[in-house]
Amino acid sequence: MSDRVTTTLGPLELPNPVLTASGCGGTGRELAPFFDLTRLGAFVTTSVMAQARAGRPTPRVTETPSGLLTAMGLPGPGVETFLEHDLPWLMEQEVRTIVSVAGNSVEEYGELARRLRHVPGVAAIEVNIACPNVEDRGRMFAWHPSAAASVVRAVRDHARPGVPIFAKLAPDVTDIVTIALACVDAGADGLTLINTMEAMAIDPETLRPALTGVSGGLSGPAVRPVAIRCVYQVHAALPSTPVIGVGGIATGLDALEFILAGASAVAVGTALFHDPTAGPRVLRELEEALAARRISRLADAVGLAHKPAGYVPPQVRPQEPEKEKL
Amino acid sequence: MSDTPVQTSATVLTVRQVQDYHAMTLVAPAIAERFRPGQFVALAVGGEHTSRLVRRFFGVHEVKSDYGGTVELVFADTEPGTAWLAGRRSRDQIDLVGPLGRPFRLPRDPVNCLLAAGGPGGAAVFALADSLLRRGCQVHFVLAGTSARQVFGSRMAQRIGDSSAVVTEDGSMGEKGTVRDVLPRVIEETGTDVVYGCGPTGLLRSVTQVAGDFGLPSQVSVEEFLQRTGACGIGVCMTCMLPVHGEDGVTRMVRACADGPVLRGDRVRWGDLGTIPFDALGAPRVLSVNEGGSQ
Repeated sequence: MSDRVTTTLGPLELPNPVLTASGCGGTGRELAPFFDLTRLGAFVTTSVMAQARAGRPTPRVTETPSGLLTAMGLPGPGVETFLEHDLPWLMEQEVRTIVSVAGNSVEEYGELARRLRHVPGVAAIEVNIACPNVEDRGRMFAWHPSAAASVVRAVRDHARPGVPIFAKLAPDVTDIVTIALACVDAGADGLTLINTMEAMAIDPETLRPALTGVSGGLSGPAVRPVAIRCVYQVHAALPSTPVIGVGGIATGLDALEFILAGASAVAVGTALFHDPTAGPRVLRELEEALAARRISRLADAVGLAHKPAGYVPPQVRPQEPEKEKL
Repeated sequence: MSDTPVQTSATVLTVRQVQDYHAMTLVAPAIAERFRPGQFVALAVGGEHTSRLVRRFFGVHEVKSDYGGTVELVFADTEPGTAWLAGRRSRDQIDLVGPLGRPFRLPRDPVNCLLAAGGPGGAAVFALADSLLRRGCQVHFVLAGTSARQVFGSRMAQRIGDSSAVVTEDGSMGEKGTVRDVLPRVIEETGTDVVYGCGPTGLLRSVTQVAGDFGLPSQVSVEEFLQRTGACGIGVCMTCMLPVHGEDGVTRMVRACADGPVLRGDRVRWGDLGTIPFDALGAPRVLSVNEGGSQ
């Protein structure tokens, strides 16, 4: 693998920037027949919760233009089963794993971080704060800077010191930068932008909402411009905070767009439902796109869209000054 | 490993109208060689820059060895995705993933098998019939539809089956009625040992109930439920969940695609489809409109 695409997410170094998005790669086993998961920068797990959850009744998904609308209800086997069956399998395959955690109370997040504290094979923790807070009338943690910060702080306090923490933010807030700042202040090492957007569809046949959950989360290429805007705004405000860009990435050029906006890594989500090999394909296309633009290191492209046109990143060439001596 | 699914760009050989349905034959050797009856394929629709991200799922009607290996699918044109498929022509390319899901389990001994089928998904019983006949089983067909144009494969059933019966709701072909009306009689007349079902959920439920009344095992393919609720077909999206009770008596929400599409009929909680039964593993303990989140 070329080191053109190595990337760093704060303390975390990855051989390439292409991850799977949480909730889109199953347990990993389902994708394994299609490609070698170690070729990913990292595998991000489906959000783990304290208890097993069946989620919402079907229909949970409906197709919308260039997107998917889903109301899953965070189904999962619970942290016990995850630690017993799913994480060990990923470790066995030597897949770099970022564990996504979700809770319905600040306490539940803290508890999950504690459960992961002494577990090997956790490269980083992603905190899914797009969850209803049962202690606050079911309002999402991601909607309020203070609620978001209290979740991040709880995870930070209980997680193993040194393990990087990423907060995954929802895009449908008044000012995403305020929430990003609150999360970083609370101890997040980086941010994942974005989660799904709340949206709705009505079935013209049944004349009722298309999903049992009434509204759901919109994902896929339809939300990509929203995600790019969020990454750009957050990178402008917090240029040294690493960002994982997510939202409708289906090609290498989509990934490049996120990187130019300020993302140091990207996660492929909904595209995996459509194309199980989307991960390695996006990586290959991204490498080609960088080469075609004579960008020798991925890091040089991170946030490049913020620089004035014609800006050339300083090149580090320790060998060359010698040659230039005449 | 030959039992793992593959992703392939398949070439369309033919698309034909068959009564109210479309039959599409695709050249896909890697899928044809791996296929076992009951498994399905997942097709991407809309071409390379499609705006439709959900794959379409179809059981395989027939696998042939021509052109290195072909698979034939039968489907109804019911929405823009299937309309796009129906509009494909020979030599077009379609992105295909398969074979997916768990196949029908075949009896070890040459027993009497009853195959009940309805709708376009019912076409998948013919691949099963083929395997059963090669094992020396007797194969009896019961084909159902709302009218004659929705009964697929009646002539083929007559030709290859040891017996075949057709039942339509309007009586335009065979007997007038539903599968439930004719199944008990056919089971008695043929001395059926095992019942297989393929088609709409209502038919599968009837098949399971009648088989249960006679104390017979039933295996059904919930492909139609998968078509209505699924998105990926490979087991990652977790949208095609249905309640199934296990040997331990615990009801779990399982994926129609990866844990099915073939399930033991008596394990499926047919009356609770489209719900999370209160006693299912992980069911919400407190009813709350806010529980869940948009994820």
